[in-house]
Amino acid sequence: MTRAVVRQHMPATPEREPNVDMTARLASLALPSPVLTASGCSGFGSELDGFFDITRIGAIVTKSVMWSPRSGRATPRMAETPSGMLNSIGLQGPGVQAFVEKDLAWLVERGARAVVSIAGGSVEEYVRVTKFLREVKGISALEVNISCPNVENRGQVFACDARAASEVVSAVRRAADPAIPVFAKLSPDVTDIVTIADSVVRAGADGLSVINTLLGMVIDTDRMRPALGGITGGLSGPAIRPVAVRCVWQIRQALPDVPILGMGGIRTGLDALQFILAGANAVSVGTSVFNDPSAPIRVHRELAKALEERGFGSLEEAVSFAHRPEGYEYEGEPVE
Amino acid sequence: MPIQTRGEVLDVKRAGAYHVITLTAGSIPDQARPGQFVAVAIGGGESGLLLRRAFAIHRVNSRGVYGGTLEIVVSVHGEGTAWLADRRRHDPVDIVGPLGRPFGIPRDPINCVLVAGGYGSAALAMLVEELHSRGCRVDLVLGAATEEKLFGVLDAKRLASTVTVTTDDGSLGTQGRVTDVLSEVIARASADVIYACGPMKMLQAVAEVASSHGLMSQCAVEESMACGIGVCMTCVLPVIGEDGVTRMVRSCVEGPIFRGDRVRWSDIGTVPVGTYGSAPLVEENS
Repeated sequence: MTRAVVRQHMPATPEREPNVDMTARLASLALPSPVLTASGCSGFGSELDGFFDITRIGAIVTKSVMWSPRSGRATPRMAETPSGMLNSIGLQGPGVQAFVEKDLAWLVERGARAVVSIAGGSVEEYVRVTKFLREVKGISALEVNISCPNVENRGQVFACDARAASEVVSAVRRAADPAIPVFAKLSPDVTDIVTIADSVVRAGADGLSVINTLLGMVIDTDRMRPALGGITGGLSGPAIRPVAVRCVWQIRQALPDVPILGMGGIRTGLDALQFILAGANAVSVGTSVFNDPSAPIRVHRELAKALEERGFGSLEEAVSFAHRPEGYEYEGEPVE
Repeated sequence: MPIQTRGEVLDVKRAGAYHVITLTAGSIPDQARPGQFVAVAIGGGESGLLLRRAFAIHRVNSRGVYGGTLEIVVSVHGEGTAWLADRRRHDPVDIVGPLGRPFGIPRDPINCVLVAGGYGSAALAMLVEELHSRGCRVDLVLGAATEEKLFGVLDAKRLASTVTVTTDDGSLGTQGRVTDVLSEVIARASADVIYACGPMKMLQAVAEVASSHGLMSQCAVEESMACGIGVCMTCVLPVIGEDGVTRMVRSCVEGPIFRGDRVRWSDIGTVPVGTYGSAPLVEENS
């Protein structure tokens, strides 16, 4: 009982690696770090490699790629908001073929793990992209960005409808290499995220990425018009963290065994720890990279230290720890 | 390669409407080339202002008492810039840089006309030094709304052959815009190339004057950005490539220096029809 107290008064020196097994088990993956980047926040990885060794984090989650090259939306594409930002990039990207030849090839050559985020305007497009990627070596997992408007259903976002979401996920799962886990990235802009989570898991998702941005809007009071070219945009950053932690918690409660990649406003190791304790098996650091390009490796370091200080010998032991029953005793429990 | 470093404020001084901030910045000053910029984090690690602010590197001193130092020029127009202007000596500031592609420097000692709007001149100071050291003739045109909003006029006179000043209200120099005097300066200097930094509308006008004289212009754009390192995709503008195709390119990594005749100035804020990867109009409405 006193052990944890002693440790808290003797913080680890910066040079010493905390004695915590940081291996993250995420579906069939065993990653050396539970910290990944987040799709759309780290390009294809190369821009960050000068700031930290990208092979040392769990994986680079690449910017969502579609079948064809895409220009994205008109500017302004972002607006700063309290502890966050709003973006409407519009999935600018090179198309899957150029992505594989140039960007993914670079990541593989560099020895980094790549989780490839895919997007589409129709189930057919998701499947085409998936089939193209099936022949490609060096992909650790697919993350299906289902927060896209469905052109075949009046622009209704796939992620907001259990049936549409399941349809995409099941089609991608069938088209993908069976050896590669498929994660569905969920939108928090739904009445009950557990219903959607349950549907996509039944449809074959091997894991869930929780959460995507929240739809938001800012009016420019000088121009007296919407601040963004795209009018509405996705809200991200620390402002959405409590929403994200709640979503992870609810899904973990309902689906005790589903692999969860948690994300939403993670800036520090303690932020990441909240997600792990709520039930995430690993986390993504997104918008904070704009503020601090070395945030992923720093969060990894801070998380390892925080786990050690709380008496955990491994990351795994901490996953879902906040769900433990009342009266559960553990070694290293802080003394009141 | 850009680096991230924890710098320290050495000095903050007023210059007309602006603040000139001197910072220690690790190896950034040693690496910096004219036209490059730094991205500065606002507030501490818990700051609610997440997005870095980009500033042209005004000057560097790589062998100062404090190691490498650099200067940025800040125009206060929001919470982030106000925070920076409020810094005191020894305050820490997180800096990423040097970022962006620098100005192209001519091989031969040719005649260069440099045009700046407002504190755009901050981005040209290192360029003036570099061009001068290579034996180029440098003529400067500095314009602003008022005298207070001009930056670096006295300094410019040190190395430039001529300095022409314009203000919208006539408070200093010729009343009018930089483009009102530019043709005359081009003729007088027998200009071979134009460099410019300032607001988009000014850059567009300068690029047009340059083209009308058959001259190449290199323009440093000021597009708002969230990261400065190429990952956020917010600072894009439509630029025509070598192949004649328009693409939405990032001003932080592909810029901030662009050839004036390649930027589709009138189409900034839109995705022009025919842009690489632009969706057909039908899909755009969905």
